[in-house]
Amino acid sequence: MELLSLFAATKVDSATFVLGAVVILGGALGVVISRNPVHAALMLVQTLFGVAILFVAQNAHFLAAVQVIVYAGAIVVLFLFVIMLLGVDKDEMLAAEPLKNQKVVAVLLGVVTTASLIAVGRTRWTTGAESVVGPLEGPSRNVEQLAEVLFTRYLFAFEATSVLLVIAVVAAVALSRRADGTDVDADYIAGVEAAEAAVFEAGASEESDESEESEESEESEESDAEVTS
Amino acid sequence: MTVEVHWYLALAAALFSIGAIGLLTRKNVLIMFMCVELMLNAVNLTFVSFARELNDIGGQAIVFFVMVVAAAEVVVGLGVIVAIFRRRSAGATADDLHILKG
Repeated sequence: MELLSLFAATKVDSATFVLGAVVILGGALGVVISRNPVHAALMLVQTLFGVAILFVAQNAHFLAAVQVIVYAGAIVVLFLFVIMLLGVDKDEMLAAEPLKNQKVVAVLLGVVTTASLIAVGRTRWTTGAESVVGPLEGPSRNVEQLAEVLFTRYLFAFEATSVLLVIAVVAAVALSRRADGTDVDADYIAGVEAAEAAVFEAGASEESDESEESEESEESEESDAEVTS
Repeated sequence: MTVEVHWYLALAAALFSIGAIGLLTRKNVLIMFMCVELMLNAVNLTFVSFARELNDIGGQAIVFFVMVVAAAEVVVGLGVIVAIFRRRSAGATADDLHILKG
C-alpha cells in the first residue's frame, strides 16, 4: 500500500514528481558515467534543474530560484571555466583500475546505503515536533517567511556566512597566486614574449639582408675613419 | 494532495548514493568534485522535504546556508584543483596525489 500512495496524489503532482525524479537520476548517472568532464558538467546542470523542479513542487520557491541562479548559473560556469582553462576536457581512461574491484565495491556500498536509508524510513519517515522555527503554511508567502526567519532567528548565522564568503574570495586569490608573488601565467607571458622577439629578429634580419651592402660600405668607411684617427 | 514525503526521501537517498558511487569510482578530480555537489543537493532535497512534512520553515533556512557554504567550498576547491593541475600535467588524476600518503 505504501508504494501505491504515489497515486493518491493528484495527477499533476505525481507527474511533476516523476518528471523531476527522471531528470535528477538521469543527470546524476550522466555525471558519474560520462567520460568527458564537459558532458559531466552539463549533466550536473540537468540534475540541479531537476532539484529546482522538486523545490517548486514543495513550495520552496525562493530556494528553487537560488538553486538555478547560484548552482546552475554560477557554480557550473565556474566548473566549465576551470575545465576549459586547464584543457582537461579530454576523455578519461575509465577502464584503468589501480585498485582491484573498486567499482564493484563502490556500487555495492551505494546500493546498500540506499537500501538501508529506505529501510530505516519504512517504519516512520518523519519524527519530531512540528513548526519549531515557524510554520510553513500561513498567510505570508514563502520568500517573506524565509526572510523573516533569516533576519531574526538566524541573523548571526546569516552574518557569519558573509564572513565565510569574504574568506573564500581571499582564499581563491591567495591560492591562485604564486608564493614568490609573480604572475600565475609568468611562464606563458615569457614564452609569448620570446616568440615575439624571435619573430621580430627574423624580420629585422631579413630587412638587414636587403640593406646589407650599404651598411657594409658605411661600416668600412667608419673603420677607415677609426684607423685614420 | 501532494506526493507523499517518503518518495522525495527515497529519491534523495538514491541521488546521495549515486554521488557517493561517483566519488568512489571516478579519478578525475573535477568529476569527483561534481559528485560532492550531487550529494549536497540530495541533502538539500531531504531538508526541503522534511520542512514540508513538519510544516517548519527552519528546514528551508538551513538549505539556504548549505548553498552558501557549497558556493564557498566550490571556490576554494576549484582553486586547489587548479593548483594541483599546475604542479602536475593537465591529465592529472586523483591517483597522481599519492605523494600525500607520506
